[in-house]
Amino acid sequence: MILAWLIIILLVAGVLAWALERRDRQWPRRIALAALAIDLILGLTLWGARGDQVGNAGAPWMAELSAQWIPRFGISLHLAMDGLSLLLVLLTLFLGLVSVAASWTEITSRVGFFHFNLLWVLAGVVGVFLAMDLFLFFVFWEVMLVPMYFLISIWGHENRVYAAVKFFLFTQAGSLLMLIAIIGLTAIHYRRTGLLTFDYRALLGTAMDPAAAMWLMLGFFAAFAVKLPVVPFHTWLPDAHTEAPTAGSVILAGLLLKTGAYGLLRFTVPLFPEAAQAFAPVAMGLGVIGILYGGVLAFAQTDLKRLVAYSSISHLGFVLLGIFAGNALALQGAVMQMLAHGITTGALFVLVGALQERLHTRDMRRMGGLWETIPRFGAIGLFFAVASLGLPGLGNFVGEFLVMLGTYWVSIPMAALASLGVVAATVYSLALVQQTFYGPGREQWKVDDLPSRSLVPLGAMIVLQVWLGLYPQPVLETAGQTLQTLYGFGDATMVVRR
Amino acid sequence: MASADFMALLPLLVTAVSSLIVLLLAAFHRAHGLAAGVTSSGLAVALMTLPVAFQVAPRQVTTLLMVDAYAIFYIGLMLAASLAIAGLSYGYLEKRGGRQEEFYVLLLLATLGAITLAAATHLASFFLGLELLSLSLYVLIAYVRTDRQPLEAGLKYLILSGTSSAFLLFGMALLYFQSGAMGFAAMASDLGRQAELSVQFLVGLVLILTGVGFKLAVVPFHMWAPDVYQGAPAPVAAFVATASKGAMFALLLRYFTEIAAFRSAALWWTLAGIAALSMFVGNLLALLQDNVKRMLAYSSIAHLGYLLVALLAGGPLAVEAVTVYLAAYFITTIGAFGVVAVLSGPGGEADSMEDYRSLFRRRPWIAAVFTIMLLSLAGIPLTAGFLGKFYVIAAGVDASLWLLLILLVANSVIGLFYYLRVIVAMFTETGLGDDRVWKAPAMSASYLDGFVLAALSGLLFWLGLYPEPLIGFVRTMERGLTG
Repeated sequence: MILAWLIIILLVAGVLAWALERRDRQWPRRIALAALAIDLILGLTLWGARGDQVGNAGAPWMAELSAQWIPRFGISLHLAMDGLSLLLVLLTLFLGLVSVAASWTEITSRVGFFHFNLLWVLAGVVGVFLAMDLFLFFVFWEVMLVPMYFLISIWGHENRVYAAVKFFLFTQAGSLLMLIAIIGLTAIHYRRTGLLTFDYRALLGTAMDPAAAMWLMLGFFAAFAVKLPVVPFHTWLPDAHTEAPTAGSVILAGLLLKTGAYGLLRFTVPLFPEAAQAFAPVAMGLGVIGILYGGVLAFAQTDLKRLVAYSSISHLGFVLLGIFAGNALALQGAVMQMLAHGITTGALFVLVGALQERLHTRDMRRMGGLWETIPRFGAIGLFFAVASLGLPGLGNFVGEFLVMLGTYWVSIPMAALASLGVVAATVYSLALVQQTFYGPGREQWKVDDLPSRSLVPLGAMIVLQVWLGLYPQPVLETAGQTLQTLYGFGDATMVVRR
Repeated sequence: MASADFMALLPLLVTAVSSLIVLLLAAFHRAHGLAAGVTSSGLAVALMTLPVAFQVAPRQVTTLLMVDAYAIFYIGLMLAASLAIAGLSYGYLEKRGGRQEEFYVLLLLATLGAITLAAATHLASFFLGLELLSLSLYVLIAYVRTDRQPLEAGLKYLILSGTSSAFLLFGMALLYFQSGAMGFAAMASDLGRQAELSVQFLVGLVLILTGVGFKLAVVPFHMWAPDVYQGAPAPVAAFVATASKGAMFALLLRYFTEIAAFRSAALWWTLAGIAALSMFVGNLLALLQDNVKRMLAYSSIAHLGYLLVALLAGGPLAVEAVTVYLAAYFITTIGAFGVVAVLSGPGGEADSMEDYRSLFRRRPWIAAVFTIMLLSLAGIPLTAGFLGKFYVIAAGVDASLWLLLILLVANSVIGLFYYLRVIVAMFTETGLGDDRVWKAPAMSASYLDGFVLAALSGLLFWLGLYPEPLIGFVRTMERGLTG
């Protein structure tokens, strides 16, 4: 039941935030903060209490909830949490708190409705990470879409409507292909076994002919590839990230992209292992293309937000590469990269958002020399820029290193090409810092530095990054248990399969 | 006729009697509230007699009508739709002024025609129901006589509908010529002896499809729809889009199931072509509209295309899918037109995109209702529209109609685009003052509107969140039809 509460608290808080807006405009913010804090405590308690039980034979889940919903189609409200889900839910709640903090001063119009949408997106994302019924998964998948659309189209920047519509259409096209694939999978399962069900565990290992498996796998892949995003389905991303308000960008880059990666990890590969294996070279190729393409384009940007957005494409390319390289090292790396990227990019978007709030521009050509006026911005910006480029000792390094190591076992050329992406990351990350904070000040900006209040979320993000970089073992173990169950490695931690 | 026959026919009888009562009342004492009240009570009583009819179902009443679970479900759907539309009409007509009482007589007659179609198992009752429905609609569409547009729309509908009825009659004659029977069951048993459908029979079927296609406004018989929707009063447009189409679809489904029409590949492919064209033409032309009513007209053409995909899937799941989809479509479409009706004022229909700009600030509740209705039309989860879309896709996957499904997906995305456009408009600020807000006339009317819209929204979420009761009933109904 604790899993249902995680979602219900967010949904109810969303409605409350909207309803209590009339009383005082601070209420929605307080409610959102409280709800997310309660959820985060619940999640952490769960980790503390049951974290070590996962992976034991016969107990695949830390917590589970199952109730009938639409028996006609064998659809149930099946929520379950294992190590992977837990980590991503914690990331969701943490970044949720960060986004509420980031919008504290930025959002001044329709505060109630804003927090309603924010909390409902987060509820959708948590639902996506917990749903173990494919129909329910699809419902949550869409539930996070509509409020996100509102977040961008109402509170976004200049070109918001265009960006929001583009985002919605791209993701919806992918989703519907996935819906057909989901129904196709259950239809095949039904014909084989006579059992009509959308349950994830029941559908694992459904026997089918290779051609059908390939088509269905591609259906799932389409939805997740759009979200991840995989080049050439990425064109919605720079627009959406750039036009969204800070909280929207944080959630988009930190969480929504992760739902794509999660989908690949949880559904695409385990449900269709042979088809995924056959498709792996293509997917890995796409991953490498994404790494390089995103890196090169990031360097070409003058808009700060666009730069970070393109860097996301590059970083998520590593995740795709890791997932389809398919050995324990690479998969561990992919999960690590998801978490680390969520924090790094989230922090960068918070900084850029705060900067834009002060300067009213995101154009790097108009900045420069800002360290003098706003040293806190500069220091924290430098930290996350080097985190993003993969400095050893920080989370991104662990993720990218593991992915490349795992890929090396499968394909040396791919690993070599991917490592070029790290070079690109160094170039654009340092260029970002150099153009913004160092050098001569092109315009004499007189602005306030980050208030101490903002240092709390950013400080927490710094601590997490260092923790992920220096002592990733608890995270690797928690995720490893899931990967072990899903991918059947003998020893969860460090065994290379192929 | 035995008393059981009367029990089975009660919903039809009550509707017919109510129309007479309203007519007589209007002759002696003109009062809008009274007419609307009697109409609503009549429809409500007719709804309440459904369980009575269900007790004796399935029952063949004369050779013309079959009152089985299938008919009862559709009758219920149409009566409920009519009731909601009657509720919305009250406020609408209050604002427009003029003579209002006859509107309800015609509405009841049109409903009677529609529910006759749902129970028809004979070409005669088919035609009778259709004409009753069409004749009432001619007048209803042109009801606001003082404006040019409704008159034009009514005339257009009259001429095209008359022509299509002629096609229909000729098709019926050919069917009769071929099988020597007019009852669906007799026709089916005659056809059952033939391995394939003969050419004459197919020609007859195609002619009938022409007539039916006109009513359903599927491409290429759709030309009238946008003009009529735009010209007709908003509640009447809701009726044309739902009850009129739903009745026709119910009949088509029953007839095709009975005679197993999809034995003929040619017929199947014809319908598949119509479905594909309806989806594309409907959605692509909807993109170009700046008039909300015209947009809804094109969107309803596209929705009929989706419905045809479910019909083409064939088998028990198709019947279930069509029925669930129609139920969802009814709720959503009436809701959407209801919003248009509520916003319309004495000056005319609120149908240009301008009327919806910044609606969220001016009338947040109405805007919220319209938003969920549009999201349901787009098939977003947690709404009834998603359940319908899920069903259609499930039926399509079950029958392996991959090509049609891909077209459906492409079209859903196109569709999303113009639904979002309206939603965006409602959020956009105009900078104009509040002068575009119509002053609601009588308080009672706006309460009634609010109640109807709230009920429709409730139903929409109920179907989206907990559809099992509906599905359960539809399944019983479907077993009765397909045996």
